[in-house]
Amino acid sequence: MTRIDNNAVSVRGLVKHYGDTKALDGVDLDVRQGTVMGVLGPNGAGKTTLVRILSTLLRPDAGEATVAGYDVLRQPRRLRRVIGLTGQYASVDEKLPGWENLYMIGRLLDLSRKDARARADQLLERFSLTEAARRPASTYSGGMRRRLDLAASMIGRPQVLFLDEPTTGLDPRTRNEVWGEVKAMVGEGVTVLLTTQYMEEAEQLASELTVVDRGKVIANGRVEELKAKVGGRTLRVRPVDPLQVRPFAALIDELGITGLAGTTVDGENGTLLVPILSDEQLTAVVGAVTARGITISSITTELPSLDEVFLSLTGHRASAPQDAVPADDRQEVAV
Amino acid sequence: MTATATAPVPMADTPISVRAHLRHTGALVRRNLLWIRQDPESMFDAILFPVIFTLLFVYVFGGSIGKSLGGGQQAYVQYVVPGLMAMMGMNMAQGVGTGFNTDFNSGVMDRFRSLPIGRGSVLFAKIAVELMRMLFATAVLMVVAVLVGFDITHWSGLLASVGLSAVFGSALMWVFLTLGVVMKSAQSVQAMGFLVLMPLQFGSSIFAPTNSMPGWLRAFTDYNPLSALADTARGLMLGGPVTHSLWITLAWSVGLTAVAAPYAIYKFRTKS
Repeated sequence: MTRIDNNAVSVRGLVKHYGDTKALDGVDLDVRQGTVMGVLGPNGAGKTTLVRILSTLLRPDAGEATVAGYDVLRQPRRLRRVIGLTGQYASVDEKLPGWENLYMIGRLLDLSRKDARARADQLLERFSLTEAARRPASTYSGGMRRRLDLAASMIGRPQVLFLDEPTTGLDPRTRNEVWGEVKAMVGEGVTVLLTTQYMEEAEQLASELTVVDRGKVIANGRVEELKAKVGGRTLRVRPVDPLQVRPFAALIDELGITGLAGTTVDGENGTLLVPILSDEQLTAVVGAVTARGITISSITTELPSLDEVFLSLTGHRASAPQDAVPADDRQEVAV
Repeated sequence: MTATATAPVPMADTPISVRAHLRHTGALVRRNLLWIRQDPESMFDAILFPVIFTLLFVYVFGGSIGKSLGGGQQAYVQYVVPGLMAMMGMNMAQGVGTGFNTDFNSGVMDRFRSLPIGRGSVLFAKIAVELMRMLFATAVLMVVAVLVGFDITHWSGLLASVGLSAVFGSALMWVFLTLGVVMKSAQSVQAMGFLVLMPLQFGSSIFAPTNSMPGWLRAFTDYNPLSALADTARGLMLGGPVTHSLWITLAWSVGLTAVAAPYAIYKFRTKS
C-alpha cells in the first residue's frame, strides 16, 4: 500500500434525510489506510445509512465521500471493485450451497471459472466451512452464515471492508469467533470500517473510534483516548443467590454509587451492573458486599456501557427518548 | 499496488463490456437454475398448469363450444391449444413479479448491488430463466395437446408461434418485474397480477371465438394483445391469415418492453 497520504475512507459533510428524519446530519470521517475504524452508536444513530452510502447502495443528499480514492457518486463501479460489504443481515443466498454462493460472486467479480472455483475452495477452507460447502446456506448456524458472509466479502480481495454490526444477534462464543476472523483479515492489510453498539466490540477490533448520535459525530479519536475521556468502568457483581441481586441493587443505589447511567440488574445472568467512576467507588461497592454479608461468586470490571459513554460525552443516554424505560428493559443496550 | 501510488484521477466509470454482461448474467442464471434443483417443486406449476387447463377446457367446454365452431370436441381442441400456448407466457410472467419481489427484499440483493456489475444483469437473468420455464411448460402443453388429438398442420408455424409467445411473454415479464420492484410485498404483486390477468385472459379469443360476444366486450377483446397472440398462433399452426394479428402482437411486445424494461432497471438501480 503506497498511498500513505490518502485516507482509505474520506467523508465530508455527509447528509441524508428520510422525510423529516435526519439519518445523517453533516458527518465528517477519515479512516487511515490499514486501520480499523469503529463507528459506535445506538440504533437509529445513522450507522447503517453511513455504510450504505459508502458502499453505493444509497445516494447522499449532500456532502462528499470517497473510498480508496473513488467518489461514491461519480465512480460507483470502480469503488465497488475495491470494497467488501457484510451487512447487518447475512447477505448470502440462503437457497444456494456455500460453495455456489462464493463461486457466483467470483464470477460476478470477473474471475475466470478456474479462478472463481479456486477462490471459493480457498475461502471455504479459511473460514472453516469446507465440510458444509455443498449444503444450502439455509441449513447453516448463525455463526456459519456470518462466516460465509465474510468469505463472500473477501472474494475480490477488497482494500476496504465495511462491516455493519457484524456480531449483532450472535451468542458470545460465535461473536468471539467472528472477532477472530475480522482480526485475521485486518492482519492481511485490509482497511475496515465497522459499526457497532458495543464498546467491548469496538475495543476488541478498532484502533480508532467515531461516536455518532442522531446523525452527528459527537466524538472521535483513538480508543484509549476515548476510554480515558469517558473515565468510567462497569462493575459486574454476581451474588451466589440470584434473589440477592435486587436487594443489593437497592443498597448500592442508597449509597449513591451509580456512575452516570445508574445500576442495571441483568436478570438473565443473575448479575448486577454498577457503573463506577473511580477506584474509591470500586472499594465502596466491595465494602458494601462485605457489610451486608452477601456471598458473591464473581466480581469483574468491564468497559463502560454505551449508556455511560453517551452520558459522559453528551449528557444524555444513547436511547434518549426511552429515558423512562426501567433498568431491566435496557439489557441489550448495556455492556 | 503501483496503480494506487498516484492519486486516482476522478474519471467516470467506463461502461461494462458485452462479454462481462453475459458473464454476469450467466452467473445469475446459474443461481436461478440452482434454486430449481434445490426446490424441484417450484416446477410443479410449469407442468401442472398446461395439463390441467388443457384437460379442463377440452373436456368441460369442448363439446358445446366445438358445436358452435361447426364441429365437436375435436374442433375445439384445434381452437383452444394455440390459445393456451399464448396464455403460457402470461402465467409464467405473473410468477416473475412475485418471485422477484421476495428475492429483492432478501439481503443478497444488497450484495449484488454493491458489486461492480451492470444492475440490469440481475433482471436479465431472471427473465432468461423464466423463459426457459415457459418453454418447458409449452413442451408439456404440446405433449398433452397431441394426446388429446391436436393436429398440427404447419410444424414451422409451431416453432414460429413458440418464438412469438416467448417474445410477448418476455414483454409481460418486464411489466411484472416492474411491479415486483415497485410494490412492497409479494402478496400485493400477486393480487395485482390476478386483477390484471383475469379480464385479459378471459376477455380474449383464447378460449372462445369473439363473434358471439356483445359489442362492448368485442371492442375490448379485439384490442386485447392476448387475442392477437392467440389468433396469430392459430394462423401459424393451422393456416389462415396472420399478418394483422402478428403486427398487433409485435407492436404490443415492443411497446411494453420499451417502456417496462428501462423503467424496471431504473427502479432497480435507484431503489434503496
